[in-house]
Amino acid sequence: MSALRIAQEEKGWLSSETIEFVAKYLEMPAIAVYEVASFYNMYDLSPVGARKITVCTNLPCALSGGVHAADYIKKRLGIDFNETTPDGKFTLKEGECMGACGDAPVLLVNNHHMCSWMTEEKIDQLLEDLKK
Amino acid sequence: MSSQGIILSGLDGDRTWRLADYIKRGGYEALKKIIAEKISADDVIAEVKKSSLRGRGGAGFPTGLKWSFMPRAFPGAKYLACNSDEGEPGTFKDRDILRYNPHSVIEGMIIAGYAMGCERGYNYIHGEIFEVYSRFEEALQEAREAGLLGKNILGSDFSFDLFAHHGYGAYICGEETALLESIEGKKGQPRFKPPFPASFGLYGKPTTINNTETFASIPYIIREGGDAFLALGKPNNGGTKLFSVSGHVNKPGNYEIPLGTPFADLLEMAGGVRGGRKLKAVIPGGSSAPVLPASIMMDCTMDYDSISKAGSMLGSGAVIVMDESTCMVKALERLSYFYFEESCGQCTPCREGTGWLYRVVHRIENGLGRPDDLDLLNSVTANIMGRTICALGDAASMPVQSFIKHFGDEFAFHIEHKKCLVPQDVQREGSKIYVA
Repeated sequence: MSALRIAQEEKGWLSSETIEFVAKYLEMPAIAVYEVASFYNMYDLSPVGARKITVCTNLPCALSGGVHAADYIKKRLGIDFNETTPDGKFTLKEGECMGACGDAPVLLVNNHHMCSWMTEEKIDQLLEDLKK
Repeated sequence: MSSQGIILSGLDGDRTWRLADYIKRGGYEALKKIIAEKISADDVIAEVKKSSLRGRGGAGFPTGLKWSFMPRAFPGAKYLACNSDEGEPGTFKDRDILRYNPHSVIEGMIIAGYAMGCERGYNYIHGEIFEVYSRFEEALQEAREAGLLGKNILGSDFSFDLFAHHGYGAYICGEETALLESIEGKKGQPRFKPPFPASFGLYGKPTTINNTETFASIPYIIREGGDAFLALGKPNNGGTKLFSVSGHVNKPGNYEIPLGTPFADLLEMAGGVRGGRKLKAVIPGGSSAPVLPASIMMDCTMDYDSISKAGSMLGSGAVIVMDESTCMVKALERLSYFYFEESCGQCTPCREGTGWLYRVVHRIENGLGRPDDLDLLNSVTANIMGRTICALGDAASMPVQSFIKHFGDEFAFHIEHKKCLVPQDVQREGSKIYVA
């Protein structure tokens, strides 16, 4: 799993070539690696933008504005969930529980960087920073 | 974060996760005591049994008893695993423990390794909190450099090493056997039980899996004694516990309080219900626990026995608070979607059943409900429960059954009038972006 994570960090997403490369490196059948890559939802099996933003909309987050935050980002970026902006900069995803419900609204940037208490102003600031 | 307890207390410095800070708080004294006084493994387990510590992950199984299931004289490797794969909607306590007090978990695991004769442990950390995983790795390094972890701990003949492992987005890996599969580098699909992990666990070897908070409670029990821990809570419900309060409260967050504290007190600590609105319902133990209406909940105390008597579960201690602006159909729709999305697909009743549950609740929410839909939902849950390898099927069913049981009128209204009992603008206002 770590090998796939590292490969994804380097390549941006996991193509079948990348998965086969990881399999060869680990001396495992490619299908076994593909099974893992397709099972865990933080692996991307299709191209994503330079910045992938995942917003949690599960119930505890939704009660504190998770859905509003997601709607606001959609409006700002002009895309829906699972879409990428035409310039290839941003992809928006809907996420499941990230284990940070007390910090709602919560979103993840490129899987690893968690942003808490995302008000509209903070979202504006974040998008500005990420454009650079 | 507020604490009247032992895990999150004293965390007021700015680098509380550092080893030096932990030692200042009395950290690693329990381990040193065991090594210096050559306390036997049996005595350590006896102390944990005396404390009446119950598993903090959700099931509430007595920890000392679980430890005693590990075979004593097994020739070969035995493993220890820590379940920090916290992804149950509403639960966010392990993240704070690992962020602010990681060494309490490390010390707890070393002591557990000593008590059960394991030489190697893994901490499986939820993928989404990757920054916490990185910090835990640093803490492990600190412990190794201080001779607290690794070969011949503190000059004794006891060796134990610990490794961090991260998930990558799969709720099901919080199920203990799925977690083991995942550490082995496979898809996280639960295994048949029996054999139980204590006889056939990680890589086929005897393994014990405990929750993060459970391990974090161990140092106190050894340092101060099992009786002292038990006295913090109430009989059969030893100690303090972290409650993650989320949803419609003024101050969401983690609160560590003695087991047996009235729910009303916890709600007050969390700042009460937002905007002066009325409490409608509470899910007291994470999204899988049956929902309870306000009237029942206000009479409960926060411990395993009281919540169970009221018809729900204390679970992981995740308290999701919903006020009168909440549409119960919509709330259930979101939870059902979660279980549909996270079902691992191994057992047919769960794979297909969670889809049925979501689609039927979804059509009720969207004004397409049919008169016999509530019966249909109950019949689908009856066909899931008890017919799957792991508890995810039950976890998906219990919210559906309890929402219908306690808020059936609201569902019926939805079906009949094709709209919410709670006006849309009230819902929107109640669940807008809220930052304390």
